[in-house]
Amino acid sequence: MKTWKELTPGCVITEPGSSVKFKTGSWRTFRPRWIPENCIQCLFCWIYCPDMAIKVKDGKREEFDYDFCKGCGICARECPGKKGQKAIVMEEEGK
Amino acid sequence: MAKVVAVTGNEAVANALRQVEPDVCAAYPITPQTDLMQRFSAFVSDGKVKTEMILVESEHSAMSACVGASAGGGRVVTATSSQGLALMWEVLFIASGMNLPIVMPVVNRALSAPLNIHGDHSDAMGARDSGWIQLWSENAQEAYDNTIQAFRIGEHPDVRLPVMVCMDGFIISHSIERVEYLEDEEVKRFVGEYKPVNPLLNLDHPVSYGPLILPDLYMEYKRLQHEIMWNRVKPVVLEVAEEFYKLSGRRYGLFEAYRLDDAEIGMVILNSAAGTAKDVVDEMRNRGIKAGLLKPRLFRPFPYEEIGEALRHLKALCVMDRADSFGAYGPLFTEIASSLYPYKERPILINKIYGLGGRDFMPEDAEKVFLELKDIASSGKIKSVKEYLGVRE
Repeated sequence: MKTWKELTPGCVITEPGSSVKFKTGSWRTFRPRWIPENCIQCLFCWIYCPDMAIKVKDGKREEFDYDFCKGCGICARECPGKKGQKAIVMEEEGK
Repeated sequence: MAKVVAVTGNEAVANALRQVEPDVCAAYPITPQTDLMQRFSAFVSDGKVKTEMILVESEHSAMSACVGASAGGGRVVTATSSQGLALMWEVLFIASGMNLPIVMPVVNRALSAPLNIHGDHSDAMGARDSGWIQLWSENAQEAYDNTIQAFRIGEHPDVRLPVMVCMDGFIISHSIERVEYLEDEEVKRFVGEYKPVNPLLNLDHPVSYGPLILPDLYMEYKRLQHEIMWNRVKPVVLEVAEEFYKLSGRRYGLFEAYRLDDAEIGMVILNSAAGTAKDVVDEMRNRGIKAGLLKPRLFRPFPYEEIGEALRHLKALCVMDRADSFGAYGPLFTEIASSLYPYKERPILINKIYGLGGRDFMPEDAEKVFLELKDIASSGKIKSVKEYLGVRE
């Protein structure tokens, strides 16, 4: 850890994109689970995620980035699913 | 060459701001500061300065806009009084915590309730712990000179902190006095070109301001703020004062000592009332009473050692507060008491609260205090440590 002598005055962060170093996934109490068979790849979860915790490759979503997902549940709320079956469900952490 | 003019304190400070020509000014009017910013915004409208003037809907917004503009990389000013400063309160800590050298004249005025527009120091004393440097000014000349020096002090690479320049509402802000102006080019040369540190608008080096700092690092940031205020500001204030002396012939220090060296009794007093009290010191001296006076200029950071050293030889000392800290001694008194604490031999201290809400401080009031101090010095007895002066009991 830095001492006060090593700090940039004014709490200024001079390194862009440094938030990737601050893993906020440990804040989570509810964990989203992705059910690929119910997923229509609408990417609503990717649009609505207030972080960048939905990994997308070649226009298709993949697994959650649990290093940064705080478990807010917005993706599960917005997920239209397939034929009434949600593709994202929230489950209590540690269960 | 200096130009001698007859102007009000507000006019003098507005002119100092014109001469400095900051990049951005965000302000909201409040008595008795209104006239200061009205004059400055006239300079903007008349094209005398290229400053970007942002008219906002409150002082909270004014200080917020200043924080943004300063973080953006500009030289930034605002000014306020009383309730306006109170409304800025939470943003003051953000300006200092982010090391943004904003300069803000504070035209001191009482706080409500009861509503009162006249001069006392309640506003600035309420902001004393906000991490801002505070310079106090006895008259329009000092307010003008302090405003110009404030830029150099706050923007110094060792400091990088916001500065308040305090002057008494109406007594100084609205009274016409003789003031010596520096030439525009002299002021421009003295303050120099503004050099931003980590500006937000430098797109080649993106930076973030205002991150969340949790318990693992917060205290280190406060330790850094303490270091700057405790150790680095004083030498810069003196260095800038020395350079200003060479330019103007007017000498400034951390405080002014008036006939203090051989004094037996003394008074510590801020701002305009010090002028009245100095006249009374002279009168006391004519009557064979060894009176002296100390007028702090730099109140934050407070120069404890230097002031303690200057006052320790006195027999009795009265600290005059133009603001009360209800349920406690006056804010200036507690600082002076702290500065004298290290000495075994030290003066007997009393505290008078005076001049609240613009109540006049007359020569008779100062005389009363000196005569009381004379009695205390000879008898060693005090009737009350803290008392209101010039009030109907």
